[in-house]
Order: sequence, then C-alpha cells, then structure tokens
Amino acid sequence: MRLLTHNMLSCNIKGVTNGFPLIIEAEKVLEKPVDLNPDFLRNMFHKVEWKALVDAAKSLGYSELPESVDPAMLESPEFLHRFHHALLELHLEEGALVCPETGRKFPVNKGIPNMLLHEDEV
Amino acid sequence: MSYRTAQIRLVSSHPEVYEPCDDSFALVDALLADLTNLLEHKPSLCIEVGCGSGYVITSLALMLKEKVPDTYYVATDMNPDAVRVTRETLEAHGVDAELIITDIVSGLEKRLEGLVDVMVVNPPYVPTPEDEVGKSGIASAWAGGEDGRAVIDRILPIADTMLSERGWLYLVTLTANNPSQICRQMRERGYASRIVVQRSTDEESLHIIKFWRDPEIRPSLKETTAPNSESLLSQFSRFSFWKGGNSGGSL
Ligand SMILES: C[S@@+](CC[C@H](N)C(=O)[O-])C[C@H]1O[C@@H](n2cnc3c(N)ncnc32)[C@H](O)[C@@H]1O
Repeated sequence: MRLLTHNMLSCNIKGVTNGFPLIIEAEKVLEKPVDLNPDFLRNMFHKVEWKALVDAAKSLGYSELPESVDPAMLESPEFLHRFHHALLELHLEEGALVCPETGRKFPVNKGIPNMLLHEDEV
Repeated sequence: MSYRTAQIRLVSSHPEVYEPCDDSFALVDALLADLTNLLEHKPSLCIEVGCGSGYVITSLALMLKEKVPDTYYVATDMNPDAVRVTRETLEAHGVDAELIITDIVSGLEKRLEGLVDVMVVNPPYVPTPEDEVGKSGIASAWAGGEDGRAVIDRILPIADTMLSERGWLYLVTLTANNPSQICRQMRERGYASRIVVQRSTDEESLHIIKFWRDPEIRPSLKETTAPNSESLLSQFSRFSFWKGGNSGGSL
C-alpha cells in the first residue's frame, strides 16, 4: 500500500468521527521506484492531507518531508523528488492501520489493507 | 509485453474467485469501445469495485498505460482471495493498482468524495434470495438478491458521491435488474446514460451502461417518473427487439 492510498483511507466503523488519518504500525516496508511525473504530483498536492503524509512517511522511516508546505515549493525539483518518493515509492507491505479514535487495528498483509468490519461495527 | 487487454492465460485463479466470464468480457469490450474517449478523458483516479480475478482493472490499466501513464488505480473486493488473485494478475501483466479488501469502497468515501474520474463495476447481479447476498466466498460474486439489485442499489448513491464532476461510471447490468429503471434513478441524480455494449446469450441479456453527469439534467431525486425517460426506455425496447432478431452483439 502506497502512502497516497493511506491518505485516502479513514476508519469506517459506524459512529467514528475522527477516523483520519489512520496510524501506521509498520513491520515491513518496501521501496519500489517509479517514474516521477511533475503534473501528477502538482495535481495530487492539492488533494493530499499534508500532515497525514508527513506522519505516515515518518512511520515508514522517511523523514525528509517538510512539516509545512506551500504550492510554490512545487517548483523545486528537490521537493518534488521527496514528495514523489513518499507518496508513490514507499509501500507498507506488512503491518497495521490503527483507528485514532477507537484503536481498532486493520491488518495490512502483502501490501493489502483489510478494511472489512465485524458485524457489530457496521 | 504490450497487450491491449489482460490475457486469459496470465489471469490468476482460485476456487473461491470469480473467473472472467461473458460479463467480464463485455465490460472490457465496453471500455475498449469507449477507449478514444477514455484517452481524451485522461482519468487521474480509476476505481474498480468487486475486482474478482483482476481481469477488468488489469485490462483498463493496459489500455491506458501508454497514453495516460500516471493514472492511479484502486481496486476493491470484499473477498480477500479475489484481491490476492488480482494482485497476481496485475503483476503477470506488468501493471499496478492499489488493492483494498473492503465492502464496496468503505473507508475511502470520506477522502475520495468527488475525486474519482472513472469507476467500473461488474456487480453481483443475479436474482437470488436476499439472504444469499454478501456471504463469504464465491457466492457473493453473483448473488444479487431480489431482482439482482441488492448490491447495485447500494453502489449507485456511492458512485454519485465518489465521482468527480467529470466522472464516469461503467456498470454491468442484466435485463432482470431493470436497467431502464437504474438509468431513470441515475437521471434523478443528474446523470445521463448510454448503453455501450449489449450482449445476449440464451439465458441472459447484458447491458454495459455508461453514466456521466449532464449539466442539462437537473437532479430531482423525487419519486416521480422523469419526463425525459422516454428516450432511454425506447433505447432498451429497441435492444430487446434486436435480441429477438439475432444473438445480439456489441455496438
Ligand atoms: C461478477 S464478479 C466480477 C469480478 C470481476 N470484476 C470480473 O468482471 O470478472 C463480482 C465481484 O464483486 C465482489 N463483491 C460482491 N459484493 C461486494 C461488495 N459488497 N463489496 C465489494 N466487492 C463485492 C465479488 O466478490 C466478486 O469478486
């Protein structure tokens, strides 16, 4: 699971209001290089919740993202490279996503998060 | 490796996972038939709900790979085996999608509201007793409850929230699902629709319908019969007429 996907996921348990971002417990992290596309990054920049991405990257051991950002940074190749790496090249392969409100753990195996709920959570 | 669609011999399988069938092929044919539009559309985010073997999402990724290389693909299924099989199918074709085991798109709705440019769904659509819907394993691949609409009817409002202003939905339906009524209901949400592929076998007639937001259509969501539904109804009656005439075929 890439961190862009992590940035799209919230806890889906009925009644939970602060289910985003899910806290990452990483057991195994992979890096898979992909081509960098500045247009894609510029487009995604406005959709990504920045602090969630920074914290998620840190929990995968990558702390090169600036804590605060502004769109002017998209002109910097160095910034784009780091943003690209955190968003698309880091993969949570094994671990869990933890709901910040309830502590419920959603397992991630072979890079696939399991968001299925138990009957009493729907 | 440069295929235009997924190759059956490279599609992975599992006893509890739906194998590519007529409906899967018809959906991929619909995407191919609409490929020129898709390439122009340049979707940033595509989602498949109920990916099964991965045949459809893999085909979509292959079709767009060259000309729209940065599309982000997400595929979901409530059957964990299906999601694992989809991973293998994607890998065998050298393409990539993010996979999530979940009910429809549960967990993604909040953050993806209004961001999905293309959504493809081959839902469980076979009319069955209501209590067969959503069971674990292979039965959930087809069991659609009364009129086969149990899962479809849950997906339609979700698609409406997830689709971007320019978003498209491609949906597989069976005649028993009452597709013209589905189109009417989507029309009440402000969507136009078109049958991209129609296919008939001895047992069933499949329609692959494309939906998109039409600024000319004012969403009403009221339980009235939409005055503009005539054209859709006649589209469908025309197809059922065709069905009698020959074995059907793609448009
Ligand atoms: C008819 S099969 C289609 C499989 C594949 N997309 C294809 O076209 O060959 C329907 C798929 O939807 C999945 N499914 C059924 N109900 C679902 C739900 N509520 N949420 C997510 N997936 C579901 C089934 O597990 C099955 O894989």
